[in-house]
Amino acid sequence: MPTVVIPALLRKFTGGVERVEVPGKSIRELVCHLGERFPGIEHQLIEDGDIRPSIAVSIDGEIATGGVLDTVGENSEVHFIPALGGGEV
Amino acid sequence: MSKKTLVEATINGETVEFLCEPRQSLLETLRDVLELTGSKEGCLTGDCGACTVLVDGRPVCSCLMLGVEAQGKSIVTVEGLAINGVLHVLQNKFLEHAALQCGICTPGFLISAKSLLDRNPKPTEHEVRYALAGNLCRCTGYDKIVKAVLDAAADIRSQGEGKAAAR
Amino acid sequence: MAESTTTGDFKVIGTRPIRPDGIDKVTGRAKFGADYAFPGMLHGKVLRSPHAHAIIKSIKIDKALKLPGVKAIVTSKDLPAAENKLEQSGEMTVNPMHLSMNILAHDKALYDGHAIAAVAATSPHIAEEALRLIEVEYEVLPPVMTVDAAMKPGAPILLKDLRNNEEGDKPTNVAQHYQFKRGDIAAGFKAADYVIEREFNTAMVHQGYIEPHNAVGIYNSDGQATIYCSTQGIFDVRSLSAQVLGMPVGKIKVVPAEIGGGFGGKTTIYLEPLSVLLSKKTGAPVKLVMSRSEVLRASGPTSGSKIKVKMGATRDGKLVAAEIWMAYEAGVFPGSPVAAGALCIIAPYMVENFQIDAYDVVVNRPKTAAYRAPGTTNAAFASETVIDELAEKCGIDPIDFRIKNGVKEGAPQIMGPPFKRIGFIQTCEAIKNSEHYKSKLTGKFRGRGVASGFWFNAGMQSSATVNIHTDGTASVVTGSPDIGGSRASMAMITAEVLGLPVTDVRPITADTDSIGHTDVTAGSRVTFATGMAVYEAAKDAERQLIERAAKVWEKKPDEVEFRGGMLHAKGNGVPPMSIKQLAPRFPRTGGPITGRASVNARGVGPGFATTVVDVEVDPDTAKVQVLRCTVAQDAGKAIHPSYVEGQMQGGTAQGIGWALNEEYFYDDKGTLRNSGFLDYRIPTCLDLPMIETIIVEEANPGHPLGVRGVGEVSIVPPVAAVANAIYRAVGVRMTQTPMSPPRLLKAILKHRDTQHSAAAD
Repeated sequence: MPTVVIPALLRKFTGGVERVEVPGKSIRELVCHLGERFPGIEHQLIEDGDIRPSIAVSIDGEIATGGVLDTVGENSEVHFIPALGGGEV
Repeated sequence: MSKKTLVEATINGETVEFLCEPRQSLLETLRDVLELTGSKEGCLTGDCGACTVLVDGRPVCSCLMLGVEAQGKSIVTVEGLAINGVLHVLQNKFLEHAALQCGICTPGFLISAKSLLDRNPKPTEHEVRYALAGNLCRCTGYDKIVKAVLDAAADIRSQGEGKAAAR
Repeated sequence: MAESTTTGDFKVIGTRPIRPDGIDKVTGRAKFGADYAFPGMLHGKVLRSPHAHAIIKSIKIDKALKLPGVKAIVTSKDLPAAENKLEQSGEMTVNPMHLSMNILAHDKALYDGHAIAAVAATSPHIAEEALRLIEVEYEVLPPVMTVDAAMKPGAPILLKDLRNNEEGDKPTNVAQHYQFKRGDIAAGFKAADYVIEREFNTAMVHQGYIEPHNAVGIYNSDGQATIYCSTQGIFDVRSLSAQVLGMPVGKIKVVPAEIGGGFGGKTTIYLEPLSVLLSKKTGAPVKLVMSRSEVLRASGPTSGSKIKVKMGATRDGKLVAAEIWMAYEAGVFPGSPVAAGALCIIAPYMVENFQIDAYDVVVNRPKTAAYRAPGTTNAAFASETVIDELAEKCGIDPIDFRIKNGVKEGAPQIMGPPFKRIGFIQTCEAIKNSEHYKSKLTGKFRGRGVASGFWFNAGMQSSATVNIHTDGTASVVTGSPDIGGSRASMAMITAEVLGLPVTDVRPITADTDSIGHTDVTAGSRVTFATGMAVYEAAKDAERQLIERAAKVWEKKPDEVEFRGGMLHAKGNGVPPMSIKQLAPRFPRTGGPITGRASVNARGVGPGFATTVVDVEVDPDTAKVQVLRCTVAQDAGKAIHPSYVEGQMQGGTAQGIGWALNEEYFYDDKGTLRNSGFLDYRIPTCLDLPMIETIIVEEANPGHPLGVRGVGEVSIVPPVAAVANAIYRAVGVRMTQTPMSPPRLLKAILKHRDTQHSAAAD
């Protein structure tokens, strides 16, 4: 099952847990299942149907560029990181 | 609106007549009236040297001089360094040594460097740095600029020696 | 993504050809933004607030409009309403309301220099006279100038709608709180033998490009606008201007002029929408150029900051814990680089336990913009001096300390996935083995300091096309404005792939209509990402060349190969054909050949740099002279080594200026007092020695040529390196930048007094 690494400030939704195994074949599915397990966390990651502009996604060691459309493998590790430069222009 | 003054000067070896307002600096006159945009505006307070030109052989910040003050003077800008399209040694050395990145300060540096080498054909590194201290560059850290000027000086000297030997 | 090929025998890559735009630049022919002129062009000037914080009660423009020669005046009333939310604009996140407010103030003036109105007139002098005739009624409010003042309970609120991610609906000056955690810092510090805790303050500094911002806007009556400007991002100017003006993106064409320096500061907009707005109102082209004073007062500097660092190590020199608190000035609108600073601050080291809390804070200063590895130089000043202290306490050489704790492939980043192949240790070893470091530094009041730095580098989107001409030469077209010599590298990559002499390849930086979307020239991404697109486009051209040769030889494409710049038929003895020979056959074999590629580049390789600096401090005046400087940086693969060296030297020079003299000096009214190059003192030729460079080539596995971005990381270590050198010269550890003579002298005298009283006891 893919692993999602939870950013420090969102661990309040997961009861302090940093690494969470969640089923899913795409980022969209992972976030959806995360939201089912930890109510409220989805809104922190998703806006207007896609990953928030202020958040970058990395899959298996590389910054992924497809937002919710990116696919993940059975053993993928996914990180949510602040988008470089921290926000707005 | 202030009335324009007729000014006659020698610019890059050519006698030129032009009209400018008394409040226009020489820099503005060169760029906007004479369309010689090679001299650049960086600060308008004489601190960056991007507008450096030679006035009767002396390096001057053209932002600190009025256009009307050019009357009767001989002015050299970066556009006058190459003769008939043949680049000056300094221009070639700047290119060889990659002594420019964005290039905005380059015209000012070339003029200041030419002025140095006209006066002092064998400058030390310190003398080069001192002579160029009035020209600011933010891209290069000056390293390659200094090397280019020292190399140009050596080249000019050896050309001179070559000519002397050939006589 | 293509795996890296060996950095083996390149014919063009790694050489040092003369840059293709060189002659124009040394003869004054190159056209920078302020060099453009058009028939009937008007000149624009901007009226700017003299107050750091004030309510704008009224703006009266009628007297100014009556001045002969004045053609139009605009205020924020001429801009469409904008939403207060974070939006995606291309690859950037933007708050449309804040963006609009920065272009022309809405109901408040929020920093000294904030744009209030803009005038178009027949001459720049008349436009300036007109500014004096515009009457603005201000109600002055107390300014909030530091993070301390802004974060204090009861501080005046600057933006009434600003809320952060933690305090619900409470009005605040703290725009965002970030936190990064690993392990257990309490346990970590308990295990430490030495703990150092220091507080640092860094002053706001400016990118300092010599060329002021500029824009010429031409609005046509069919609703199409063209902007000529010096910018690092033509597509950013297009989408941001469209946003502010309420125009469709496709109605704005942005043409890149040559650019006189950017360093991140020209990745946003200031004058561009004003030029279009004034052109719309007047029907004429309108040119605006900032004065130096306007550049410093009103264009994005980078954050000043307050950083508290506590780090612990065991006596054998192993880092075990770090606790960091950092607050950065965002300027008056949110968006300081504090998150980037937090992700970089201890990134070169393996630290099992850390907590980093980072705060983005608004103050009455101009909105900050990116400055070369944004946020990271501030951070490294703090962390790299603490590490220097720890190394000293442990009795370990500072470079050995860094090597001992340094990250390697597989080590975790502060946040996110583990590192792939990186070159940090190699930069440390390069400095350790350098002639500079091995040499002895003798003499009084002289000291040597070392520091390291890290920067992510970026990928993002780029497009490229390669056209093969009818004479067998080529042009390569990209959308990346060239701020440091990158177009030479694009030509070199194309020449390498196609086996052409580099002088047969012309690189073009196109406008927004002529090339596909390309993200900004920043983030050390051009040689990496645009280079990747260029490589792929050249390969696409190569494929087409093979198909054409196959047609000519009446063979199948897989029976033809391209080698050493020539097309070969596999097998029988058909003489090979050059591109030059094939070119006249294009029309009959299918038409012109254009290779194309677009990337959203993955496989970014982060960058590390290590810098060593020797200084001499005058004990009476505290003037610091930099005697010698060497920087080692891993570049992956240096396409054009001269320009890679140039980036390293330029970044180092900016770092030295940051360390020794540069700062924004505001008085207690919030007015900027040093808005010129005399008193905002950047290094001159006389202030610097030669800057020795060591390019480490640890290939980035994510790029076909092994390229790693190079433009930024060299600015990260110098401030700390200079601080560490000053300590060894005069025994004083500075915790404030700049370490200018007045500050350093005070610290030296205090240190001397402490030593005297200690000796007397």
